[in-house]
Amino acid sequence: MKRLFADLHLCPPLNDLNSAYQLVKKAKTLGYNLLGFSTALHTNKNSLISLKNFCEETQIDFVSRIDLTPKNRNELKSQLRSVRRKYEIICVKCETKEVARQAAQDRRVDLLNFPSLYFKKRFFDHAEAELASNSLAALEIDIKPLIILKGSSRTRLLSFLRRETAIAKKFQIPIILSSGLGKTTLQRKPRETATLMDLFDFDATSALDTVSKNPYSIVLRNRKKLSSSFVAPGIRIIKEGHL
Amino acid sequence: MKRVKRRYLALQVESPSTLHPRALIDAIWNAVSLLYGEYGASKTNLSLIEYNSETNRAIVRTTLVSLDQVRASLITITSIDDTQVSLHVLAISGTIKALKKNILKKPF
Repeated sequence: MKRLFADLHLCPPLNDLNSAYQLVKKAKTLGYNLLGFSTALHTNKNSLISLKNFCEETQIDFVSRIDLTPKNRNELKSQLRSVRRKYEIICVKCETKEVARQAAQDRRVDLLNFPSLYFKKRFFDHAEAELASNSLAALEIDIKPLIILKGSSRTRLLSFLRRETAIAKKFQIPIILSSGLGKTTLQRKPRETATLMDLFDFDATSALDTVSKNPYSIVLRNRKKLSSSFVAPGIRIIKEGHL
Repeated sequence: MKRVKRRYLALQVESPSTLHPRALIDAIWNAVSLLYGEYGASKTNLSLIEYNSETNRAIVRTTLVSLDQVRASLITITSIDDTQVSLHVLAISGTIKALKKNILKKPF
């Protein structure tokens, strides 16, 4: 069966929709089928709607995604309560250990994202992985810093990512490889992006899964849950009867 | 001695200006050396077979064992001679003949 490819983390400036449209067009040419855009709580809804319409025109599947950057555990919980039924993908940018631990154990969180340049804030360790393995969270890795950084900072980042991917593998946590890009010149083909997983000792099939099967399974799972026929895991309304 | 298996990669160079073939292959060597070190780069046996400046397409040869390393390194190339560049793999094949046949089917 033909693989479908996804990039869940495009970061165009949403006040300049033309550059976002360029990213969508290029992604279509490169072979992506599903795209997600980084949005925050205060993002203008109108620009998202026009972006969604443009994706439909270019025959690309649009995924609504929100990036949460809470300061503490309680703020994360309240934000999750307000957005879970509105977005298909919820990503938590873990900037404190408290938030990282709460995000890992909360079943409403889909993606865990850690700051690429602040190595002290990369909290994905064994404890975090164990919590995440009992919930539904996946680890998101952005390729942007791997492309842009040079020299010792890239070496350090690679070293951290090698450790984190090994832990994720051990605890069977899905890894999502996203671009994190806002420029068309840095966009790459999905199969090329997947070859970066060679740096973390992934075989070809599991590397391709990080840009196709893993993101797709999260999106499909959440779409099922958000559909009106969903009741509980394993239970859905097939037909409504009349008494 | 065991025969070394080779792979040919057809590349699409996305650049606002035409590149010098030497600059292109140097950039690829450099990217492999940065990511995998000099030892890793030495295993790739890279060479530029062809570069068409009109279509901005190139054919590069490498060894089968280091194919993934070369592909991963190609992603990291963002500029050549201060020009913003991105390289995309169009096709991979074991022979130049089959590679050229494959490229015709794929416009990008």
